[in-house]
Amino acid sequence: MPRYFTKDHEWIEVEGDTATVGITDYAQSQLGDITFVELPDAGASVGKGDSASVVDSVKAASDVYAPVSGTVTEGNGALEEEPELVNSDAEGAGWLWRMTLSDSGELADLMDENAYKAFVAEL
Amino acid sequence: MNEINRSGWRPAMGEAGAAADGIVTTTGNRGLQLEEGLIFEIGNLDHCGVDFDDDDGGESLEGLPFRRSAPVDLPGLSEPEAVRHYTRLSRQNYAIDLGLFPLGSCTMKHNPRLDEKVARMPGFADVHPLQPQQTVQGALKVMEELAQWLITLTGMAGVAMTPKAGAHGELCGLLCIRAALEARGDAREVILVPESAHGTNPATAAFAGYRVENIPATADGRVDVAALTARLGPDVAGVMITNPNTCGLFERDLKTIADAVHAAGGFVYCDGANFNAIVGRVRPGDLGVDAMHINLHKTFSTPHGGGGPGSGPVVLSEALAPFAPLPFTTRLADGSVRLIEEENAGEDHPQAFGRMCAFHGQMGMYSRALAYILSHGADGLRQVSGDAVLNANYVLRSLEDVLDAPFGAAGPCMHEALFSDDGFADGFSTLDLAKGLIDEGYHPMTVYFPLVVHGAMLVEPTETESKGGLDQFIGAMRSLAERAKAGDPMLKSAPHLAPRRRLDETLAARKPKLVWPKQA
Repeated sequence: MPRYFTKDHEWIEVEGDTATVGITDYAQSQLGDITFVELPDAGASVGKGDSASVVDSVKAASDVYAPVSGTVTEGNGALEEEPELVNSDAEGAGWLWRMTLSDSGELADLMDENAYKAFVAEL
Repeated sequence: MNEINRSGWRPAMGEAGAAADGIVTTTGNRGLQLEEGLIFEIGNLDHCGVDFDDDDGGESLEGLPFRRSAPVDLPGLSEPEAVRHYTRLSRQNYAIDLGLFPLGSCTMKHNPRLDEKVARMPGFADVHPLQPQQTVQGALKVMEELAQWLITLTGMAGVAMTPKAGAHGELCGLLCIRAALEARGDAREVILVPESAHGTNPATAAFAGYRVENIPATADGRVDVAALTARLGPDVAGVMITNPNTCGLFERDLKTIADAVHAAGGFVYCDGANFNAIVGRVRPGDLGVDAMHINLHKTFSTPHGGGGPGSGPVVLSEALAPFAPLPFTTRLADGSVRLIEEENAGEDHPQAFGRMCAFHGQMGMYSRALAYILSHGADGLRQVSGDAVLNANYVLRSLEDVLDAPFGAAGPCMHEALFSDDGFADGFSTLDLAKGLIDEGYHPMTVYFPLVVHGAMLVEPTETESKGGLDQFIGAMRSLAERAKAGDPMLKSAPHLAPRRRLDETLAARKPKLVWPKQA
């Protein structure tokens, strides 16, 4: 399953016309301990680049932007009790929401894993 | 768990009562540094510290429906117990009256005692907002005179005095902008906010019903003028710019920005929270600002950091002044001062958008601010901003060889010095240095803000610190910076000498204990 990355440190994994979105391991390491995750409601429609979720850490509250446009199908309810999953497994069990894509062409603007690694190495 | 912390409600100190040298006391006290329990642990729920009269001679409450059927579970303490409890707690606090309080963006400066004395005069302190106006002429004259000073110092056309703090002032300014746009039938939806602005700015714009769009900062920490002007258009109601900004820098392109915003039909809101860096030297009105709040509690004394109250009057340009909220003061030909309120606004102020609060604002802040202004005089106010900037630059230049100063090359800073964690040993962070500062006897600086700088440390020494005081602080910072760069493990576990060791901030945020559980 292809995985794409944004310059704002979100990842999106696409399977058919649905996708899972989270923040990258680099992002969680910069934020520090996550204390609360505000998840989007199922059914919410988001535009590419819209703020869809907020991640609170001991340092700051940070917006998480939708990498592509579409409709949210579910938020990761496990994060309500265990926001620390974003720290321990940002690119796995710490996913934030699932969504359907309205325009898979938007994926072309995103980075693949190697491009993202090179992008982070430059920071 | 010792006797003092018997419910275990508070975080453990490790070995209870153990000082850094390993001495253990039975009380948990350390010399004359007193440990203190919760008021629920000290007080007895079954006792009452006050001796009520059994029979007050009034009507009996027996049988009435609102008579309480269960005890309220308030801790009963005698008066000396209650006084000691709060005095002991206050001794564990750190305050501006104890030492330098370098909290960037907050302007924690000395509060002159003269201003306190004035604020406590009965004619200011003991008046009621519903008193007949002829009985409070002194208080109204203070409001009117302060309003005129604020207009003069900022070069603006009017001022709305009533907002009760900075963010309340921001909202007032944006509501004036909205009222002005609506009056000309121009529905604009977007407020532009640069990254270098205060965090409250986007929140205020959203609360006022606008859509917020961010404008990036340039590499030298200022607003990207090209990006901002490129975004201007018929949908942009205005911009909110903090000047001096949160990187401690003066937005020197503000006039250019304001001209472009006005040409595009928008308004310029300036966050004036940092006015103490420019007071007496720059008049925002000359830079094309349409609305700016002034935090009286930061620039013009008043107790700050003790939970308020604040006061955030908003100065307004000619274009916005007619829309300012009620009430405000006006001086009549006979020298008396009259309040313009709903009953008489029709003739004098017909376009007022409404009210920001029920009465006239924070009288206690007005009297302090006017006392501050009059006791300093125009030359003194000019020296305030000069000293604020000089002190911040002294800190910046004294530390830039040991701490990374990301905008150090951009020229002098304004009222605050900004550092990053670049160069710290692996695993060492801004938080470690901040905790080490507690052991050195200082309240930490602002950390992790502004967000545009990695591991930001924002130091605002303010104009009220002496060179000797600054030198001692700089010495502490130098030592801590060197320890962070060398990877001193003792710094990683700091503070060691405070009433509590390092607290688990993550646990406190994830699983906060907000209710004391009643003990069986």
